[in-house]
Amino acid sequence: MKLPASILLALLLTNLPARSQSVAMVKFDQLKQMVDRSNDTLYVVNFWATWCAPCVKELPLFESVRRQYATQKVAVLLVSMDNKKTLSTKVVPFVRNRKIQSKVVLLDEPDLNTWVDKLTPEWSGALPMTLILNKQRNIRKFIGQPVEKGELESIINQSKR
Amino acid sequence: MKKSVFLPVIAFLLAVGLMNFRPLSDGYKVGDTVQDFKLKNIDGKTVSLADKKDVKGYIIAFTCNTCPVAKAYESRIVALNEQFASKGYPVVAIQSNDAQRSPGDSYDAMQQRAKSAKYSFPYLYDDTQTVARAFGATNTPHMFVVKRDGDQYRVAYIGAIDNNQYEPSAADKKYVETAVNELLAGKSVTTPSARAVGCGIKWKGV
Repeated sequence: MKLPASILLALLLTNLPARSQSVAMVKFDQLKQMVDRSNDTLYVVNFWATWCAPCVKELPLFESVRRQYATQKVAVLLVSMDNKKTLSTKVVPFVRNRKIQSKVVLLDEPDLNTWVDKLTPEWSGALPMTLILNKQRNIRKFIGQPVEKGELESIINQSKR
Repeated sequence: MKKSVFLPVIAFLLAVGLMNFRPLSDGYKVGDTVQDFKLKNIDGKTVSLADKKDVKGYIIAFTCNTCPVAKAYESRIVALNEQFASKGYPVVAIQSNDAQRSPGDSYDAMQQRAKSAKYSFPYLYDDTQTVARAFGATNTPHMFVVKRDGDQYRVAYIGAIDNNQYEPSAADKKYVETAVNELLAGKSVTTPSARAVGCGIKWKGV
């Protein structure tokens, strides 16, 4: 009885429309708590915006990483730097239309100078920007430009020691 | 004897210190002297910092036509020129994006933009991107306030225009305005650098 049930569940899940994404609005301290944790998950954190063309172009690479490492301790987080006033008019529709499954948050911190040195002192502010982090294993990789195809995978695989 | 113990410690501390203070990118830092440039303006004429003999400095804006952040700041750049050109700090805008990667930033498009938005300042085409590289500009918009020092210009401020790109009225730190006002008052600049979210400059062949 176990097998048919699981098949049924699998069928049900694949036939369900993509779970509609919600996008939480977070402050810097909340963001830091989400990615700067003492556990064995590797956080792939991409800073982007709907208005940033190179960001939008590279989003599929992050979605691909999420799929590829779904069963491993790798978490993708997409941090939107959009205007918080456009959360429901731009960001949420964008995420839904593109069926983005990675976790998305909107960082409500328009003044970079209040927080940037606490997370990415090397960042100029140019989008996109990506951080790959694991506090426990002291992994920290900063990418201050669009990622190349395969770049994320190679960093993630290297981080597996 | 004691020296031999302390020397490595001092060397280590120095090394750590240097690591922490490494520059964000190559290019000018606050206090550096700027090398003058010759760039083509939208009117076809060449512009250099040395052209104007009567200025106290310049507000140099690396900006472009296409970046949404640059667009959001466009009217604030125009306003900076209105506010400070007559006081001796005119704006010089420089467009450094590779027009092949960003066709909306071609010389023709720059001419159209400057005309339709009524730029009251030069809008220079950094075709070879050497000026952006020399300055270490990475974003649009990316501001450099330079102060005249004899025949030379020294960097007094690097970074953002203010601290709220989305809502000009909510910006409570107007970095460039404050820096220029301090320079005009003969003071040192209290916040010589600040960052803001922007678009990366579109470099050639990347």
